[in-house]
Amino acid sequence: MKTPLNLQIDQRDIRLLGAIEDGLPLCESPYSRVGKQLQMSEEEVIARLSRMQTAGIIRRFGLVLQHRQLGFHANAMVVWDIPDEEVDSVAQKIIAHDFVTLCYCRARHAPVWKFNLYCMIHGRKRAVVEAQINDLKKSAGLDIYPSKTLFSRRRFKQTGARFSIPVKVNGGLYEQAS
Amino acid sequence: MELSAIEKKLVNGWQQGFPLSPRPYAQIADELGILESDVIASLASLKQRGILSRVGAVVRPNTAGASSLVAMSVLPEHLENVAQVVSVQPQVNHNYERENSLNLWFVVTASSEIELEQVLSRIEQKTGYDTIKLPLEKAFHINLGFAI
Repeated sequence: MKTPLNLQIDQRDIRLLGAIEDGLPLCESPYSRVGKQLQMSEEEVIARLSRMQTAGIIRRFGLVLQHRQLGFHANAMVVWDIPDEEVDSVAQKIIAHDFVTLCYCRARHAPVWKFNLYCMIHGRKRAVVEAQINDLKKSAGLDIYPSKTLFSRRRFKQTGARFSIPVKVNGGLYEQAS
Repeated sequence: MELSAIEKKLVNGWQQGFPLSPRPYAQIADELGILESDVIASLASLKQRGILSRVGAVVRPNTAGASSLVAMSVLPEHLENVAQVVSVQPQVNHNYERENSLNLWFVVTASSEIELEQVLSRIEQKTGYDTIKLPLEKAFHINLGFAI
């Protein structure tokens, strides 16, 4: 993730991401409507979204749900302190489990936070998620590493990343998209 | 919250691979054997009930600048106010309380590393608490939606 991705997208892409950050309009021709706001043709809107999806800049395109509203109240972030050279192999063992929704490595923040490998598990019942975490630790041999489980409590805010605030690309400052 | 049969199909079928074609809702309607207007009405209802956040893109981190997970350790009696200061920053997207002495966790997505630091300084100045930046180094897996 250290390679800058900014080179793969331009100002028009960012304006487009900004225009849809609160969602595609619910009308018959949504890409055309988005395009009108941006003085872009429907074809250009679709082509840019397709290209960003193919390039992996858009990881997924579709319905983004509020999982808590669907009963997914048990949301655990499990963190491990894994020796740097073992992170890749341990991560592969973790993501082999279907119930793991996210897995990533982050910088440590010594001395207050020594953990570097994170995974998220979303479930309906806390007891089920706790059992899944135990399974994970045993089956992947992870119980030898220091770890912590942080269930979520209150959700104060959840939106997608914002692109309509002024964004710099390759050193230039661009206008707000909407 | 209960979902209708159509809503379940929409939710399970289109969390990824949403049609990038001029009439996407009509395309979905064809696949489900229902009307385009029913697809649009169902999505509007899901949104109105708070189940659907949006139909849109989930973008890879650091696409347009810099982002980081950030943690804070806040006294319980201050947490609500500190969380409010954090949430009003437009660069903050997720903001959750978690069970740990580091009890406030949020994601900042800014246009640059400098702006990211400015957001964190502003939060520190307004709240009197330190922020701990935990930037992403490597993503191994991201889910492509929930089975409902």
